[in-house]
Amino acid sequence: MSKLSKLSRRSWTSHPSYIDEGYKSTTLRGPSKNLVAIDPELAELTGPAFGPEAIGALDHDLTRNGRVNGEPIGERIVVTGQVLDDCGNTLPNTLIEIWQANAAGRYVHKKDQHDAPLDPNFLGAGRCLTDAEGRYHFYTIRPGAYPWGNHHNAWRPNHIHFSLFGPTIATRLVTQMYFPGDPLLAFDPIFESIPEAARNRLICDFSLDVTEEGFALGYVFNIVLRGTAATPMEEG
Amino acid sequence: MSPKQTPSQTIGPFFHYGLNPVEANYPHTQIAGSCLVSPETEGECIRLTGRVFDGKGVAVEDALVEIWQANAAGRYQHPNDARVGRALDHSFSGFGRCGTGAQEDGRFSFLTIKPGSGQAGHAPFISVTVFMRGLLNHVYTRVYFDDEVEANAADPVFRNIDEERRSTLLARRCDSPAGVEYVFDIHMQGNQETVFFDL
Repeated sequence: MSKLSKLSRRSWTSHPSYIDEGYKSTTLRGPSKNLVAIDPELAELTGPAFGPEAIGALDHDLTRNGRVNGEPIGERIVVTGQVLDDCGNTLPNTLIEIWQANAAGRYVHKKDQHDAPLDPNFLGAGRCLTDAEGRYHFYTIRPGAYPWGNHHNAWRPNHIHFSLFGPTIATRLVTQMYFPGDPLLAFDPIFESIPEAARNRLICDFSLDVTEEGFALGYVFNIVLRGTAATPMEEG
Repeated sequence: MSPKQTPSQTIGPFFHYGLNPVEANYPHTQIAGSCLVSPETEGECIRLTGRVFDGKGVAVEDALVEIWQANAAGRYQHPNDARVGRALDHSFSGFGRCGTGAQEDGRFSFLTIKPGSGQAGHAPFISVTVFMRGLLNHVYTRVYFDDEVEANAADPVFRNIDEERRSTLLARRCDSPAGVEYVFDIHMQGNQETVFFDL
């Protein structure tokens, strides 16, 4: 059917284990049996493709896409980077979706009960497509830290959630981007669930080059998906 | 040196306003929802429903389920599938998304079509990806159909699975005056743990 011999495997030295003692809800939600191997030639080599019609004019600018009667509160930032695969190819035209808490550490989500103010001018969700070189660019507000119920005095470090598709459903990735120097990282079981050598791949870099004078601090976050070099499906 | 894969993290509990905002009543557009069909779509219209159960048998109410499938002719809407012998259906993208919190019992529910077999000798199936709080890497599984007994028995993926676990991949057909429904429950753990693929 399809030749997926060049599809990189999920790198289990890069990703967390399903069950992680520190992150309590994994104990009932992570699969307990081994994943079942699938012949690469029989695996999915297709997935949804999204074009410019999926993206609204302000979808990449979270400082503007939720405005009601003014500007959102907080520190404006630029988050940009390149999406690659682990064979070193750049990935153009791939969809990135992001969502995050506001500057006070509160999500718009109805189930977020944290006693911190909502911002009437900030939704905290956006999306964009990578350009011909695989680059993306968001404007947003630096998210605040917030408490959660995992253990006593548990606080999530500042983070932005990312969702990416890549060329097939096998390249799908949902992750979180963290900020350099955040003292909460060392106490966060979600971040610490990642194998130690791979953790710093989720911490963005501050960049004065990306920083926009008089407007917003710049951060660079490159993302690497599994590589694919699939050959077309044969008639049959 | 080749770059290394970016680690996965959980989707967390608060994704709805970013990923399926219309369904969850947030003021934002969405790229896909739980209805994949329009009146023009070719094929047998089906409802695909189910629940996601945790290790204690409790239905998870904050999971995101994504489906991806071929059209009624067995062709995928994707550049890797340019097989002219199978017609594209421009009214069918093949991709859907549904959260499990919208209905009281934690059910997901897609309106789609039954896919055609993607290849001679292969059974029809729908690819399913599940994300949730407490799941650090998403899981991949497949819906096969319980009324495709012969095709399933011949399918090179399905028949390779341990016999006692195959039933976890079978959606149960229920016909009613409302139409054809296939029920596919996903069990994250336990004796009935769903087969998840190392895709």
